[in-house]
Amino acid sequence: MSLVRVENVKKSFGKNTVLDGVSFTIEKGEVKVIIGPSGTGKSTLLRCINMLAPPDSGKIWLQDIELTNPKTNLHQMRQKIGMVFQHFALFKHLKAIDNVALGLVKVKGMNRSDAYKKAMNDLQKVGLAEHADKYPAQLSGGQQQRVGIARALAMDPLLMLFDEPTSALDPELIGEVLQVMQNLAKEGMTMVCVTHEMGFAKSVASEIIFMEKGHILEASAPQQMFSNPQNERTRSFLHKIAELYGETL
Amino acid sequence: MLASLLYILTNIPLLLKGVLIAVEITVCSIALGMVIGILVAFLKIYGSKNMKKVVSIYEWVFRGIPQLVLLFIVYFGLPTIGLNFGPFVSVVIGLGLCSSAYQAQIYRGAILSIGSEQMEAGLSLGMSKFQTLFFIILPQAVRLSLPGFTNEFTIVLKDSPLAYAVGIAEILKYGRDLIVTSFKPFEIYLACAIIYFVLFQLFYYLFKYIASRFEVPGFLIADQ
Ligand SMILES: Nc1ncnc2c1ncn2[C@@H]1O[C@H](COP(=O)(O)OP(=O)(O)OP(=O)(O)O)[C@@H](O)[C@H]1O
Ligand SMILES: [Mg+2]
Repeated sequence: MSLVRVENVKKSFGKNTVLDGVSFTIEKGEVKVIIGPSGTGKSTLLRCINMLAPPDSGKIWLQDIELTNPKTNLHQMRQKIGMVFQHFALFKHLKAIDNVALGLVKVKGMNRSDAYKKAMNDLQKVGLAEHADKYPAQLSGGQQQRVGIARALAMDPLLMLFDEPTSALDPELIGEVLQVMQNLAKEGMTMVCVTHEMGFAKSVASEIIFMEKGHILEASAPQQMFSNPQNERTRSFLHKIAELYGETL
Repeated sequence: MLASLLYILTNIPLLLKGVLIAVEITVCSIALGMVIGILVAFLKIYGSKNMKKVVSIYEWVFRGIPQLVLLFIVYFGLPTIGLNFGPFVSVVIGLGLCSSAYQAQIYRGAILSIGSEQMEAGLSLGMSKFQTLFFIILPQAVRLSLPGFTNEFTIVLKDSPLAYAVGIAEILKYGRDLIVTSFKPFEIYLACAIIYFVLFQLFYYLFKYIASRFEVPGFLIADQ
């Protein structure tokens, strides 16, 4: 059974159709990288997967639970889906360690000392143990994003969603975040990443999905996608990113 | 000169009887303004289109009417349509309604500047909407509102002598009574001014202290 199944998902905001019938599956341990022009619905797709933006129609399954079923307990299911935000979205009034521990205490109902032990462990994983007592405003963008990753990881999710996790970062800070993501991928975490970091995609993606105007236009392994894109639109988009990010594909 | 000073000092204790009522008026008005203000702020952000219009008009009206006029409408006007309020309640309604319009703006600004991502981040961890409001949005909103709230509190405190106009025995009324027998308006009113000034400073520093206790890097609230 696939870890995630997305079936013909449609989503509109008013008259603006953002997702127009999107289907794909994610196997356990896979890393999917989603690329595509701005406004194509990439973020919306991620937000559909954890039901922050429930689809208008179509179905989404996590393992054998249908998330789009109104009877599903979303609070329970969202614990299994970690989300990392473009602008970090750390809880600004809480220290790094509190950011990570909050979900463990309030959602998982762990006692405080266990929760903080685990939170410290997760901060260590992203290389931030010595910054545990700092507030978000005292951390660099790269450090904040790593706290964001630790916060999501703390819940022991089955799946991690990344929405352009490095696009708000200064170039010299991107590497440290990608490194953490790469390690995660190697450890076998199932991931869906919206990112235009093609180096990252090349090294860890099992599949690259090219989206345009609410459709999946093409999906294939990185090698295939970079050497021989089937669709003319994919080809020209890849060229554009290559120019923009100075990557040689 | 020295005699005047002495006279002022000896009369301050007599005037202090009015302090309690001035503080009561301020606290009650602020509390009423807070309850309505929070409601108005939420309706203006999350309400339906029509609801937003209604609360906008509410804010617009109550920011545009002088408190004294509002107070007279409540105290002298409403009884003619069968609504009788005592002087204290009338003052609290008058000052509170006016303050609610200002407080609504303070809270709305605070909530809006927190942004929707904080809510999404909370939900994405599996927290309920209520948990996220309580543990994430509220603590930030309180911090962001504190400077504006402190300001509004001191403004209402300084407006509280309006109670004199409906015969409440607050600081100014006690002063008036003293003047009738002493014929020293300058000294007595100066004594009143000193009391208000000291009260103002007391509350100002109280709130500043509270703000500093809640201070978190990234929320520069204590140094306004
Ligand atoms: N909450 C919302 N309300 C209304 N419109 C929305 C909302 N969220 C997204 N949209 C619209 O949906 C469209 C797709 O947005 P989305 O953020 O999913 O695109 P994207 O592919 O992630 O783009 P980008 O690369 O710029 O992040 C845009 O036109 C956007 O304006
Ligand atoms: Mg996006």
